[in-house]
Amino acid sequence: MTAKSTAEINHQPRRLGYSYRRNLRERFIETLLFLTAFASVAITLAIMVMLVKESFVFFQHVSIWDFLTDTQWTPLFDDAHYGILPLVSGTLVSSAVALLVAIPLGTIIAIYLSEFAPFTVREIAKPFLELLGGVPTIVYGYFALLFVTPLLQKIFPELPGFSLLSAGLVMGIMIIPYVSSLSEDAMRAVPMSMREGSYAMGATRFQTAIRVVMPAAYSGIAAAYILGISRAVGETMVVAVAAGMQPNLTWNPMEPAATITAYIVQVSLGDLPHGSIGYQTIFAAGFTLLLMTLTFNIIGHVLRKRYREIY
Amino acid sequence: MSNADKLHEIRAIIVRHKRWDLVFMVVGMFALMIAVLTFTVLFTQMIIDGMPRLSWDFFTSFPSRRPGSAGILSAWVGTSLVMLVTIAAAVPMGIGAGVYLEEYAPKNLVTEIIEINVTNLAGVPSIIYGLLALGLFVYQLGFGQSILSAGLALALLILPVVIVTTRESIRAIPVAIREGAYALGATKWQTVSDHLIPYSAAGILTGIIIGLARAIGETAPIITIGAMTFIAFLPPSPVQTDFPFLSFEWLMSPFTVMPIQMFNWVSRPEEAFQLNAAAAGLVLVVMTLAMNAFAIYLRYRMRKKIKW
Repeated sequence: MTAKSTAEINHQPRRLGYSYRRNLRERFIETLLFLTAFASVAITLAIMVMLVKESFVFFQHVSIWDFLTDTQWTPLFDDAHYGILPLVSGTLVSSAVALLVAIPLGTIIAIYLSEFAPFTVREIAKPFLELLGGVPTIVYGYFALLFVTPLLQKIFPELPGFSLLSAGLVMGIMIIPYVSSLSEDAMRAVPMSMREGSYAMGATRFQTAIRVVMPAAYSGIAAAYILGISRAVGETMVVAVAAGMQPNLTWNPMEPAATITAYIVQVSLGDLPHGSIGYQTIFAAGFTLLLMTLTFNIIGHVLRKRYREIY
Repeated sequence: MSNADKLHEIRAIIVRHKRWDLVFMVVGMFALMIAVLTFTVLFTQMIIDGMPRLSWDFFTSFPSRRPGSAGILSAWVGTSLVMLVTIAAAVPMGIGAGVYLEEYAPKNLVTEIIEINVTNLAGVPSIIYGLLALGLFVYQLGFGQSILSAGLALALLILPVVIVTTRESIRAIPVAIREGAYALGATKWQTVSDHLIPYSAAGILTGIIIGLARAIGETAPIITIGAMTFIAFLPPSPVQTDFPFLSFEWLMSPFTVMPIQMFNWVSRPEEAFQLNAAAAGLVLVVMTLAMNAFAIYLRYRMRKKIKW
């Protein structure tokens, strides 16, 4: 009996035993999959290499000190100045206007949807906000230039046709879904028992939302704000269409001014030869932009790590 | 103070606090209404301006110096071809990376670096991808200002979306399914390709659609590559009448896409061109909304249907 079964096992088809070919195939596939995953790291490296390489050539022509302190950005003129400040100011002012709209409205919507809204309202509003975030940015640019600017000009007659204000306002509306949906997720992750504890102490919904749920969801909400900030800083088409293309060192949102992204668009629309100083300026500008968003992302990461509450 | 007085006072406090609840309810609804209203106004405005321009001719005409006879033929053909390249590059890469990170990756430093990196890539501004594509694809690899460069740039852009949704939908599959497959002698790849990928297909599809909807509307990276804004010809057709019937010449062709066509028309001072922009915008919005709505619907159905 025993001998027979051993013999039977020995006669079993070979595919149940160790198969060199099958193992080889498995290995090959695993390596292939690893390479696709590693491609994301390669992309990051490629971005860094590309930006640093071209910026490096740029900074051989222009000293970093001039780049950071000169108050004019006129790289394509005969009298060339390479001060990034005007572009940075345009970027910061338009982003600030956008965040003044997006953060309060986004937070209020998040609190409302997470703590107050009836089930049906939430079920309709969430996908709707998601759709709002899916509208192409060039469409928002059209809206800013041809609808919001004329509307604002009725209130402020001296407002020029291009302004950081109208670009920023529309950008703010555009960013609301990012801020509200991430903040809401964070608030809904707060365990029910904390709310129940608060209600049991006699707190109202509003008090519970502000004093219990929001502090508990702090790190998630901060992450949502940071995402909103980096969206605003990196946004291109709205500002390129509605804020003008003229570099302008100003902190006044009523003026037209180019942002870093708008400058890159402006240069790309022209026909600059590869390797010229003008070509290198867009990489230097892009590098500055990347460093700005990277800083915000790192701050967000630290905030998330430091203030995370674990239940 | 008598007990009755105290009770009275407490009641007053409660009423006051409850009033704040009500105030916030109203404020919240109001904030939500601002978002809804903006969108409605935007959409209505575009319909009013753009609808009269939308005709069969608008889809079958090249851009023109006369706004009345200009159309979006080269733009929508360009967008479709660019999307083909994007799908071909982003889908296998994204699913592969998602599967690796979820099923194969050991817990070590390399894995952690890849994971942090995917999160960070999602936060990189789209115009930076344009600069990468300009330096790498257009000049370094010599693809030129072509459909191939644009499609690859957008593929890199939506890669994080595809990776993240792939991971999420594979993670939702219970371990028992994997254990069952292993118990029957399946190898890891057999488990992945016969069970995990088919079961998570709907979820992965949702991610791909959302990514593509984003890619269709992206303007900045494609402008950075140096796509031309005025194209009055079509790329060579991928399907040929004579042998070998398939041609890849179109990959290297100059092109324009819908959002760039719209950008071109928006930035013209003449109002007639801005009406064209509204019409092109309307087509673009309807396309992205339809894709996003389909993705949301797909996810909604999946949540209802699948019970492991």
